[in-house]
Amino acid sequence: MDSGHSEHSIPLALKILVAGGFGVGKTTLVGSVSEVRPLHTEEVLTSAGIGTDDILGVESKRTTTVAMDFGRITINDDLQVYLFGTPGQERFWFVWDELAFGALGAVVLADTRRLADCFPSVDYFERRRIPFVVGVNRFDGARRFTPDAVRQALDLHPNVPVVSCDVRDRQSGKHVLVALVEHVAAKRGHPVPTA
Amino acid sequence: MPTNGSGLPHHDWLDDDAGPVVRPYTVTGGRVRPVTGGFDLLAFVLAAPGAIRAPEAAQLQPEHRAILALAREPISVAEIAAGLDLVVGVVRVLLGDLLASGLIALHEPSAMAHLPDDDILQAVVNGLRAL
Ligand SMILES: Nc1nc2c(ncn2[C@@H]2O[C@H](COP(=O)(O)OP(=O)(O)OP(=O)(O)O)[C@@H](O)[C@H]2O)c(=O)[nH]1
Ligand SMILES: [Mg+2]
Repeated sequence: MDSGHSEHSIPLALKILVAGGFGVGKTTLVGSVSEVRPLHTEEVLTSAGIGTDDILGVESKRTTTVAMDFGRITINDDLQVYLFGTPGQERFWFVWDELAFGALGAVVLADTRRLADCFPSVDYFERRRIPFVVGVNRFDGARRFTPDAVRQALDLHPNVPVVSCDVRDRQSGKHVLVALVEHVAAKRGHPVPTA
Repeated sequence: MPTNGSGLPHHDWLDDDAGPVVRPYTVTGGRVRPVTGGFDLLAFVLAAPGAIRAPEAAQLQPEHRAILALAREPISVAEIAAGLDLVVGVVRVLLGDLLASGLIALHEPSAMAHLPDDDILQAVVNGLRAL
């Protein structure tokens, strides 16, 4: 089939993931930087089917709906950035792996009142060598930590940027994304040894 | 496998004795895998010119037609799912039907999308700053 109509050129679509613990501000970040309100998609898994993709012949298996929020930023006619909020629970690795496939990088949001909530996300991206930055979301009443203190608490590689942010604010959200893309570019120029 | 009037596979086990079908998948007759195609979340779909009026489209389900309407301009699989409020797996099955009937073209992400070069990264940074 010929799809070569010039008025229908296919944009290059880059994918950035937004991860972090429950209620840390993932959907808020997707919404604040996107040109459209966060869109919502779902995938259905059965409890027994998590880990396989076989949901045929289900009888009494429970089904689980895994929600994904996403948004889009159009850079120009040929270039778009999609932001996908990851489902809050890592046990949905089936969905995480699909989202992570081909991703440019990830933003891991952290709340200093419960820093440990982002450990699984940090682990996930480290293990798969997916570049990420940590965004420390400023929640009211939370003690302010320096980026270095957060880096130390999370035992991050010194190259991993830690940016404090208020993801309700578009400029602040943009700043986190810029930090990520610059980090990706820097890793290209100075590849991190793989050993 | 027998087919129903739409030319799509028919599943005998969809009768009452067969046990519950995972509900969102009733749209696909219980099929969970597309007949063809990979359908990355960021694959782009474009309807063939005149697809909605094509003879192959006559027997389509409303959901297939809704996809063809959305895909008059290139649209990502993720946005089709969000736009139609269908789970992604269901959209993939429907897209497989449309692809097999030649009613859509599918553009999976290019290598460049997975490993963009420095010029593209720079364009993204500039674009984000200009938002
Ligand atoms: N004070 C403050 N509140 C925030 C900030 N970011 C998010 N919130 C609030 O925190 C709540 C949760 O934010 P969400 O964006 O829904 O969090 P989420 O990570 O998507 O949550 P789940 O998808 O349920 O895991 C919302 O009420 C936000 O308004 C922030 O930077 N500061
Ligand atoms: Mg959310």
